[in-house]
Amino acid sequence: MTGTAELERRTAELLAAHPPATTDRLDFLKARFDAGLAWVHYPEGLGGLGAPRSLQVVVDTALEAAGAPDNDARRNGIGLGMAAPTILKYGTEEQKRRYLRPLWIGEEVWCQLFSEPGAGSDLAALGTRAVREDGGDWVVNGQKVWTSGAHNSRWAILIARTDPTVPKHAGITYFICDMTDPGVDVRPLRQITGEAEFNEVFLTDVRIPDARRLGGIGDGWRVAQTTLNNERVAIGGMRLPREGGMIGKAATTWRERPELRTHDLHQRLLKLWVESEAARLTAERLRQQLVAGQPGPEGAGMKLAFARLNQEISGLEVELRGEEGLLYDDWTMRRPELVDFTGRDAGYRYLRSKGNSIEGGTTEVLLNIVAERVLGLPSEPRTDKDVAWKDLAR
Amino acid sequence: MSAQPDLLYSEEEEALRSAVRDLLADHCDAPGVIARTESDAPHDLAAWKALGDGMGLAGLLVPEDLGGQGATHREAAVVLEELGRAVAPVPYLTSAVVATEALLACGDEELLGRLASGRTIAALAVGLHLAPGAAFTAVRVEEGALYGELTGVADAVAADVLLVPAEDGGLYAVSVADTDAVTVTPQISFDLTRPLAGVTLAGAPGRRLGDAGPAVHRALRAGAGLLASEQLGLAEWLLTETVRYLKERKQFNRPVGGFQALKHRLAQLWLEVVNLRAAARAAADALATGVDTEVAVAVAQAYAAGVAVHAAEEALQLHAGIGMTWEHPVHLYLKRAKADSIAYGTAGAHREALAELVDLRAP
Repeated sequence: MTGTAELERRTAELLAAHPPATTDRLDFLKARFDAGLAWVHYPEGLGGLGAPRSLQVVVDTALEAAGAPDNDARRNGIGLGMAAPTILKYGTEEQKRRYLRPLWIGEEVWCQLFSEPGAGSDLAALGTRAVREDGGDWVVNGQKVWTSGAHNSRWAILIARTDPTVPKHAGITYFICDMTDPGVDVRPLRQITGEAEFNEVFLTDVRIPDARRLGGIGDGWRVAQTTLNNERVAIGGMRLPREGGMIGKAATTWRERPELRTHDLHQRLLKLWVESEAARLTAERLRQQLVAGQPGPEGAGMKLAFARLNQEISGLEVELRGEEGLLYDDWTMRRPELVDFTGRDAGYRYLRSKGNSIEGGTTEVLLNIVAERVLGLPSEPRTDKDVAWKDLAR
Repeated sequence: MSAQPDLLYSEEEEALRSAVRDLLADHCDAPGVIARTESDAPHDLAAWKALGDGMGLAGLLVPEDLGGQGATHREAAVVLEELGRAVAPVPYLTSAVVATEALLACGDEELLGRLASGRTIAALAVGLHLAPGAAFTAVRVEEGALYGELTGVADAVAADVLLVPAEDGGLYAVSVADTDAVTVTPQISFDLTRPLAGVTLAGAPGRRLGDAGPAVHRALRAGAGLLASEQLGLAEWLLTETVRYLKERKQFNRPVGGFQALKHRLAQLWLEVVNLRAAARAAADALATGVDTEVAVAVAQAYAAGVAVHAAEEALQLHAGIGMTWEHPVHLYLKRAKADSIAYGTAGAHREALAELVDLRAP
């Protein structure tokens, strides 16, 4: 297995052959991918070296120190965090070679066509239909929602119903959808903050060649689990400094604006500060567990904790600002490419953080997951599992 | 603040945990602990002997050349997690941590050696409710003899030696067995497993150990920091036991633990326990390394009490009728958790300390 010394050697070779100062950004990224230093835990030939994931930091640190460009991962979070691991696990060799390199480099941005107006927490109830034309292409019709980045994306990961006569989990198939297809209509979905970070995506007779199916026909739910599990893993790996998140903004306001302080707010702020520090330490502990190769179930809880804290802290900061809390920085309808959770005024943060307990699994669903998968408590009696999708209540 | 604390358990720490858990399974079963609370001997001195004499755990914080194990607060914290899980009535936190820290501050080798062996039990004679840095009662001292009354001294009825702050600024060792001038009177305590006592000194001979101020502060800080690990142990047992019970208990023709309203409450509790583990490990590590200690201890104590009490209150409510009986052990945990929320300073006192430490000052 590739160790630290080997990675350091290969990184030095990459830097020598392609000096960042004189190399085009995309050329450098391509060379990095081809050297197996993009994501070292991926297989050789697909941007990796089959090394332990924990050693990625060796490469990243050396490249950052050398001033090398990175792939601006935030611009393609869904591609890198969700589409790529799914393609790696379920894709054909041809699909892996076609999609992973431009995805990692950032030439091709990805989005996710999963949620529907009628299928939120109960995602497996989705109704977007994919019908195959006598052994040829699939033709897709339906509506997806909460698609971030759809307007910038080249590709989408898509799940659609291919067999309505079997129970809902069994009749789903996973596809790679070309976002430039004329049947794809992307419309901004304005949210309570005033901007449109997300989209509605209407699919009308969208044609998908069978070669862009990921996994077996009817196997889409299982394939989607890989995507969704990676969504939650992504939250675990961060190293946060003290006051690194939302609490840092509120604490700064408190220190800089003594005239705003009240005793009631002081008690509440201190309590939230302590809870934020405990949550930060939990995230740090999770990171240490991952590095030590002992991943724990704690990751499932981190999103729950940070969602509540972000909401309570930003809510407190709106109150702290008093008269200014009655104002808002900007209601203009815009389409931000990146979401900056802590960048704008407290009022914006308060409204945006309301989504933290909905996006990526509602708090209510995540609590069920913790209760059932971590604590081993029984699930509620189900009436939907063995009924054909077409016969479900809707 | 740049270096992160080590928040994991080492293999040695896990081995220590299972050894202590095995020992407590043999000594501190719940019916035995309940029966003992109403006897004349509230402390389980057989368990204490096994922990101290048998395993050498009373001397974890004492250097090896003084007869201890030369270990750190990280290991002591693991022991306290297990003692919390069992609500074990042994004077570990009070003697092997708090009194030991006071003696370490004074550098008293003779008493440290005796405490490390576990054969001598000591109690710091200040109220259990005091936060690090809080004012404490000092007794009158005349020609080496101590006069005064103290209350709320945890585990004093088990103590062979009391460490008593006096008005001259000194900390004095008073050997209970050697004099009639010390009376230790049990108080009827809310927490049956860590009983309090009053101490009357009527000219008791004391040996001056050193300065009381820094010794008491250091002792209470370690007590507060490691109490969080005990509270973690309490909360962990309460959650585990409640989950186990709700998987078995059936009403309405199904396990009660399958109702979403209860599952969500237990999942929330799990999340709190996970957070407490990180905060308690951070405090233990900070006490061991001396890095960021004041903040780490205050964070852990500002967070832990709410979790332990919440766990106990949820456990009682979700056990329902059986949880309200004297026979079921959940009340021992509730009483310990509630008393712990006052011990070594309330969460509010620790938040107040943080306001200064991290510069979030009051209006």
